[in-house]
Amino acid sequence: MRNTLVISGLAVLTLLFFAVSLYSGSVSIPVPAITDILLGKGSPDHPSWQFIIIENRIPQSVTALLCGAALSVSGLLLQTAFRNPLAGPSVLGIDSGAHLGVAVVVLVAGGVVSTSSLTIGGFALVILSALSGAMVVMALLLFLSRLLQNNVMLLIAGMMVGYIASSLISLLNFRATAEGVHAMALWGMGSFSSVSLDRLPYAVVIICLGLLLAFLLMKPLNALLLGDNYARNLGISLRRTRTLLLLTTGLLTAASTAFCGPIGFIGLAVPHIARLLLGSANHRTLLPATLLTGASLALLCNIISTLPGESGIIPINVITPVIGAPIVLWVILRIEK
Amino acid sequence: MDCQLKDLVIGYPGHAVAGPLSATLRQGELCCLLGANGVGKSTLLRTLAAFQPALAGEIWLDGQRLKEITPRHLSTLVGIVLTDRVRTAGVTVRDLVAMGRSPYTNFWGKLTEADHRQVDQAIDQVGIRPFTERQIATLSDGERQKVMIAKALAQGTPVILLDEPTAFLDFPSKVEIMLLLRELAHGMGKTLLLSTHDLDLALQTADRLWLMGRDLPLAVDSPRELAAALPDYFPSGHLSFDAEHLRFNLL
Repeated sequence: MRNTLVISGLAVLTLLFFAVSLYSGSVSIPVPAITDILLGKGSPDHPSWQFIIIENRIPQSVTALLCGAALSVSGLLLQTAFRNPLAGPSVLGIDSGAHLGVAVVVLVAGGVVSTSSLTIGGFALVILSALSGAMVVMALLLFLSRLLQNNVMLLIAGMMVGYIASSLISLLNFRATAEGVHAMALWGMGSFSSVSLDRLPYAVVIICLGLLLAFLLMKPLNALLLGDNYARNLGISLRRTRTLLLLTTGLLTAASTAFCGPIGFIGLAVPHIARLLLGSANHRTLLPATLLTGASLALLCNIISTLPGESGIIPINVITPVIGAPIVLWVILRIEK
Repeated sequence: MDCQLKDLVIGYPGHAVAGPLSATLRQGELCCLLGANGVGKSTLLRTLAAFQPALAGEIWLDGQRLKEITPRHLSTLVGIVLTDRVRTAGVTVRDLVAMGRSPYTNFWGKLTEADHRQVDQAIDQVGIRPFTERQIATLSDGERQKVMIAKALAQGTPVILLDEPTAFLDFPSKVEIMLLLRELAHGMGKTLLLSTHDLDLALQTADRLWLMGRDLPLAVDSPRELAAALPDYFPSGHLSFDAEHLRFNLL
């Protein structure tokens, strides 16, 4: 009962934020005009409004929704797989891996980072490169997790991997053009607005594929709550589950990092909000709840980012820590208790 | 269901921990695995649960060699209770017991009516009905151990292996767990093997003992028959063994 209520509530909230995200933005456009544009009637008097809504706000809102969902689900998978409430794609350095992958393509190949201005081939290259970076880090962590019994040690190991990736990125920056460095720095602040309408279908397909894979892992994830040995005794194939986890978290983190830049805190904090709402760690309900919480939270961040109006957009990575960090502190306090 | 060990050598590649071991685990008996730290009790249990391969020899279960049984089938034959303290937040006692049904549920892990009945049965057999809705992180060690045993019962396996199920427990809880396990063996015909350091308790409750010692063969018999051999397996200058009352006394 509570589960159904929470999940439907979150679905409504996601839809609401999605609508607000379409109706609000840096440029103020009257509500009836937006409705007309969304209904396909166009805006003959203001062609620029049509462009803003269709080419800008729709892809931006969809990207926020998808990337919020992707990062949160990725965080949940990591927290369960490593049995560590403080695991997340950015804490463990997985998005640094993806970041490094992107940096290699952008800075070495000399492209410009904004995914909207890349050719299809360049776009695919960025995604593939991000995916390889993310999966290398994830594979390394899975290997280390078998050697490290202590959960905190794994977090530190992940942070070290992140530092190495960051220093490699800096090294690449050193050799790159000023233009490339500037593009990379902007991208690093996080934004939902760099996926253009014609690239949007690729983002949708890739992230939905990752989310689908996550849903296929529901049963083994529940068994993993008891630890590897109990899971194995319950007939779960650890090797297959680990491989799928590697692929899924890699895909979700890499896609959202390639599209929006490395966005912190969503992957770490959202699964905790979902657990708090449900009061349960059962992935049959926790997974959809996490997905929806992540989607609505990212949309909320997107709405907040456009609040300054004409004067500019607040980078997403300025907003997520304000929401995420208190939640992480709360989790730590609860662990200590 | 019986389980046979034939010239089993256990350990890690390049490092044999114990063996060759030959013994039979009998259905309907509570068998206690005793031995000093480091003789390979946990390694033996891990090998029997197929967590690690045997270095040599064979384990026979259900008329098949253990290594030839698929993981899926094995999960319906052998259940385990480990020393790992599971304290995951957001998992209730009932959730945890229900996880024992995993080998039988569909791809999505959905519990059927029959699964729920099995879970209820396991909960009642172990006597944890009063706290089924509590979070496992809030349980005492003794309560959590009972919940893990209920999970193994819900798993419906004829064989249950337990690694030091009485460790960390206060004395009354130790006694309670041992009597519960004996009841499961005698009343339900389960095949139970548990490792323990609680010698006195094992000697009083077990139907059969497996004694492991460094450089000593695996001794298998009832506590009374093994009484004479016990001091060899637990050498100590400070203890004498009273074979008549089956207990160690301080010198």
